[in-house]
Amino acid sequence: MYTKPSKKIAEQDDKASGRIEPFKAALLRHDLKLVRYRTQTLQVNTGLLCNQSCKHCHLCAGPNRTENMGKEIINQVISYAERSRFDTVDITGGAPELNPYITDLIEGLSDKAPRIIFRSNLSALNDGTRDFLMDLLKSRKIVIFASFPSLNEIQTASQRGVGIFSVSIDALRKLNALGYGQSGSGLELNLVSNPAGAFLPPPQSQTEKRFRQVLKKKQGVFFNQQFSFANVPLGRFHKWLIKSGNYESYMKKLANAFNPCAIDSVMCRTLVSVSWDGYLYDCDFNLARGLDMGGRPVHISQMAGPPEQGVPIVTADHCYTCTAGSGFT
Amino acid sequence: METYYKPQDLNKFEEIGKEAPELARKFFDYYSAVFTEGELTEREKALIALAVAHAIQCPYCIDAYTQTCLEKGSDPGEMTEAIHVATAIRGGASLVHGIQMRNVNEKLSM
Repeated sequence: MYTKPSKKIAEQDDKASGRIEPFKAALLRHDLKLVRYRTQTLQVNTGLLCNQSCKHCHLCAGPNRTENMGKEIINQVISYAERSRFDTVDITGGAPELNPYITDLIEGLSDKAPRIIFRSNLSALNDGTRDFLMDLLKSRKIVIFASFPSLNEIQTASQRGVGIFSVSIDALRKLNALGYGQSGSGLELNLVSNPAGAFLPPPQSQTEKRFRQVLKKKQGVFFNQQFSFANVPLGRFHKWLIKSGNYESYMKKLANAFNPCAIDSVMCRTLVSVSWDGYLYDCDFNLARGLDMGGRPVHISQMAGPPEQGVPIVTADHCYTCTAGSGFT
Repeated sequence: METYYKPQDLNKFEEIGKEAPELARKFFDYYSAVFTEGELTEREKALIALAVAHAIQCPYCIDAYTQTCLEKGSDPGEMTEAIHVATAIRGGASLVHGIQMRNVNEKLSM
């Protein structure tokens, strides 16, 4: 039996959201209910240990964090995936590369779902000691979602640290050389960008076109798709928003961009997130806030299968991030 | 301290339509159409707007189009280059009038 830690990663509450309409009230005003559809994706958060300390990280992940998924929970995750038959398993962190059991997790999951996603910050994958992991990802045809915030070195450094831009480009070239991002290879490489500040991301179609042109021309790098996501006002990004005096205006921006149509496709409807200690959440952001799925701690070892359809999603004001504009999937 | 320029006034821009709503509607419809993607992308148009904002030294426009440029995916390097374009044209416009000075000088001088 596991004792759930009481410490939340993101300590703030919605009282600090300023003068915006609470998210729950916005749902009510539009006569919307946010409930679970068929759960298609299991997201596995392997822990908070990361080689970077990104300013936008909603989990405050970093080199000094000790929370990491242990072997017992890894085995429980694999067994949960086997009995639940998800369409997709999405491995994230922290930097999942730094979990000592990451190869066990990938190998154990690779035949448990048709699509396995591995989220990488690229610098952990390209630290000079993990070519074996790149080879494993290739051999199991794991889809890579790589963080790549900007085509600009200074913006990248301001968000993720000095030198990360060149290490990331080098990692993308290595992945391209393995076949990732190359047409016909069956090896999918997608880029994920978050704005380097308190502003919303650009329209995705325009950004993807520009990233493709510039990365090909200037760096000789190829990828499949590019996704632009807004920063979630939690964790380290929340602290930065407060410190820089941008919090209230950022929350207003998110709330003003509320798109009722985006509610239908938000990821929490079809995803369940498991934390490094095996507890379940409606998404990685609720995990950061310590908002349990269904309003009570549920451990992965207690689950017979995927969460039931029709169960209400736990919401708070950070949910405005996923309903801004075309949404966050 | 009182000032003619107040950042919060930018959000009141639409109030300009209270006295002449039909003209305001036409202006804002036109404004919106101008910034819609056409032969130029929205990102490129925002960069032009940022450069013009500096040329006409409008603090409201600089505030608005700095944010818009960032939200359309431009980076500070590109935005700074755009401002240099405006600066070059402004400076060039002054300097090219030096030819008038030279013409007048040539006429008057021995």
